[in-house]
Amino acid sequence: MANARSEILSRIREALKVVAPKPHFKSEPIGGSVAQNAKPWLPDGGATVAARLALLTENLAKLKANLIRVPDAVAAQQVLQGIARDKNWKKVAYHSHPLVAPAVEALTCEKWEVTSSFNKQKLEGCDAGVTSCEAIVAQLGSILVSSASSGGRSLSILPHVHVVIATVDQVTADLEGCFSDMLGRHGQKLPSMLSFITGPSRTGDIERILVLGAHGPKELYVILVG
Amino acid sequence: MRISLFIPCFVDQLAPQVGLATVKVLKKLGHDVEFRAEQTCCGQPSYNSGQWEVAREGAIRALKIFRGAEVVVGPSGSCVAMIKKFYPDLLKDTPHAAEAKELAQRTFEFSEFIVRQLGVTDIGATLNKKVTYHDGCHAMRELRLKEEPRQLLRAVRGLELIETEESESCCGFGGLFSVKFPMISTAMVQVKGGALARTGADYVVSSDPSCLLQIGGWLTREGKPIRPMHIAEVLAEGLPANV
Amino acid sequence: MSNAKDIFLKEATTAAADGPQRIFINKALGGYYANRDIQKARFRDWERARDAASLAKWEAVNDLANTLEAFVAKFESNGGKVHWARNAAEAREIILQLIAAANAKAVVKSKCMTTEEIHLNDALEKAGYSVVESDLGEFIQQLRGEAPYHFVFPCMHVKREEISALFTKHLGTAATNSPEELTMIARRHLRQLYVDADVGITGANFLVAETGQISITENEGNARLTAALPRIHIALSGIEKVVKKLDDLSVLLPMLATAGAGQPMTCYNTLYSGPRKPGECDGPEEFHLVLLDNARTQLLADPEQRDALHCIRCGACLNVCPIFKNIGGLAYGTTYQGPIGSVITPHLRGLKQWNHLSGASSLCGACTDACPVRIDLHHHLLHNRRNANQTSPTWFDRLFHRGFNFVISRPRLFAFGGRVFRFTLPVLKKIPLPYLSAWLKTRDLPPAPAQSFRQQWKDSSHG
Repeated sequence: MANARSEILSRIREALKVVAPKPHFKSEPIGGSVAQNAKPWLPDGGATVAARLALLTENLAKLKANLIRVPDAVAAQQVLQGIARDKNWKKVAYHSHPLVAPAVEALTCEKWEVTSSFNKQKLEGCDAGVTSCEAIVAQLGSILVSSASSGGRSLSILPHVHVVIATVDQVTADLEGCFSDMLGRHGQKLPSMLSFITGPSRTGDIERILVLGAHGPKELYVILVG
Repeated sequence: MRISLFIPCFVDQLAPQVGLATVKVLKKLGHDVEFRAEQTCCGQPSYNSGQWEVAREGAIRALKIFRGAEVVVGPSGSCVAMIKKFYPDLLKDTPHAAEAKELAQRTFEFSEFIVRQLGVTDIGATLNKKVTYHDGCHAMRELRLKEEPRQLLRAVRGLELIETEESESCCGFGGLFSVKFPMISTAMVQVKGGALARTGADYVVSSDPSCLLQIGGWLTREGKPIRPMHIAEVLAEGLPANV
Repeated sequence: MSNAKDIFLKEATTAAADGPQRIFINKALGGYYANRDIQKARFRDWERARDAASLAKWEAVNDLANTLEAFVAKFESNGGKVHWARNAAEAREIILQLIAAANAKAVVKSKCMTTEEIHLNDALEKAGYSVVESDLGEFIQQLRGEAPYHFVFPCMHVKREEISALFTKHLGTAATNSPEELTMIARRHLRQLYVDADVGITGANFLVAETGQISITENEGNARLTAALPRIHIALSGIEKVVKKLDDLSVLLPMLATAGAGQPMTCYNTLYSGPRKPGECDGPEEFHLVLLDNARTQLLADPEQRDALHCIRCGACLNVCPIFKNIGGLAYGTTYQGPIGSVITPHLRGLKQWNHLSGASSLCGACTDACPVRIDLHHHLLHNRRNANQTSPTWFDRLFHRGFNFVISRPRLFAFGGRVFRFTLPVLKKIPLPYLSAWLKTRDLPPAPAQSFRQQWKDSSHG
């Protein structure tokens, strides 16, 4: 339907011959992008590291996600072991990453590393997925995972529990800064999936009553190192 | 100041007491009041029904009627919104555009005029009753009046002002909507009227007589004790008879 | 009853008379209002953020051809394939061909109103494919054989007992009154279906021209699974969903969540820029995007209402609309309910057939105040009424308003007519008359005063 393309585009060009008035800001924009202008009007992301961490803690608590702060990678391993024991995990999926792999490999239950010989049925049978992330957004309590940094698309969504291990320096103030970091880090080669995870999976479809774990993880743990 | 009254057609015919109270309050504030008898209806029913050519004729008549008036003040958020907001839209790109804009600038809703233009909040009225205020949609969303009528009511001696849940919900009048889609209009006034009745107030006060027609009509039919009262009537309570 | 207006009047009458159902809907929305206000308060300036969101969409929509072309070039350089559809039939045809070419059997879908718009499920089922809606609300509506009630909260009108009975009937599960257990039943049922599906179909909330990504917003994780597990990912999107810059989403995503569901951010906001890339361990082999016009360009051609294409489908206008709350979503008979539906449906499906939706509003403006991208919704209802009157006027309306104008343009006649009306009102109340009888069915009129204001003014010292 090659001509569908040209026909739609020419319909659009024809339609736009009459100009619609531009919506105006209450005060004149200072210049730069819409997003940069809007930054001071959006929820605060925290100006200092301490402010960002405080906001993140508050936001994750409201989202019913569990934030555990640890001083170093060894402590992160111990925390993960504790969760695995408490939840009686039989099988844990993870991916190769310097923060993730040592922590998971220290677990006593069955471990499965997702690689290119990915098997979705096998992943569905795992109790938990442990991943790293691209960034954490203090402003909203969102964890940015990607298909490149977090073991593909399914690891952070299919298992019943999702554990993220991240470092304090991955906590960024706001969404705008996070996008800018992503473009800086990956340039034109963005991972095929970038996903902001804001709390455990949820639904309100039945009588608008909140239920966690609709299709994705029922529980979300964030182990923050440093 | 010489104030030219803008009395909505159904206030003229069905609720003249609202017009009289408006006169009384404005005179109490020391102003001259005139009523230009050529005025009838602002044309909103036709405007809202999509009959813009018809409505445009009404708008042009109104421009002529109020030509030269220092200020125009009306006791209805909806009808004032017609002049202030919709006439300029209706008459844009016509030879009347400039005059429509100019009339819009010197036309005011009753509470807007007293609080914003005159800077007065206490008229000196007395009413020993519990009242709740209904925000007419046009006053609240087209004219952005929310605090002004409340400021006036709070200053009335003996008056207890209470807020209603659903205070920002539409009463369901909507002009001809109320009779073209009576089942929806009625459902809306059930929600609104029910909330008003639950407040236990003696009066529901509004700056929109059309909302009060709808709300009052339903309350009476349902036998609810709370009564409708226009804000001008409230502010005229307890004022000396001849001011 | 064949025409849309008659059906609407009948359905709206029934729904408006259902008091318990109206209370149920109002109660369901109560939590939304509270949460929305909490989240709005977290914005440092919600009103100016609305300006920014509106501007971001304006910039893309008013440069739509270039923005779309830039998007498509990026999208294809990322390894995806774009298909253009002028109308619903073409979109269905494209999707059916893609599925056939992939030799697929089972299709899993995540929530997408655009697929409702083109009636995709019917077409897929007729072609012999098994299609399952994976969003919980859509899944429930699919089992009920009913269209979504609300384009964000598809089954908000259904009570848990009904859902329990539905699941018992279709899935053979035990009865329960717990929303949590009901959700888990659906979760367990759908899991294997994701794993088994060959094709995943999603919508798109935004298309990002700068990067060639599509952005999908959801709470449950079903769209994530739909775009991760099947071999083929097909997304369907209206052409108006495009934005210029990636960071436009730093404004739009939080606003969508707050306005739409009272959340700081929807649980999953995911950007897809192609099929599985080398070095990635999973993801679809093919990624297709179908770009749909379906009369959007007609709306675009109306500069007065072009801002309706800014809509991000958050549903905020429905949630505050007293019409929606009292007649519910099904009465509209449209894909898009509530104020935005009443504005755009006449453009998408014909003004003559659908203008009654623009009439069925008190024009209260709650929708316009709620819209995060500042669409002038309630004034557009007036514009539709005007346009309908210009293109297909009814004789009754014409006669009524011309007659009314005849009277009000003659002050003496008006005064005389008013006097006659007041004196005869007690009699008029007893005879069937258009409009007056409709009023009196549920509401009283105050007794007519003996004298009008103008008489009293004249008789007093003022005159």
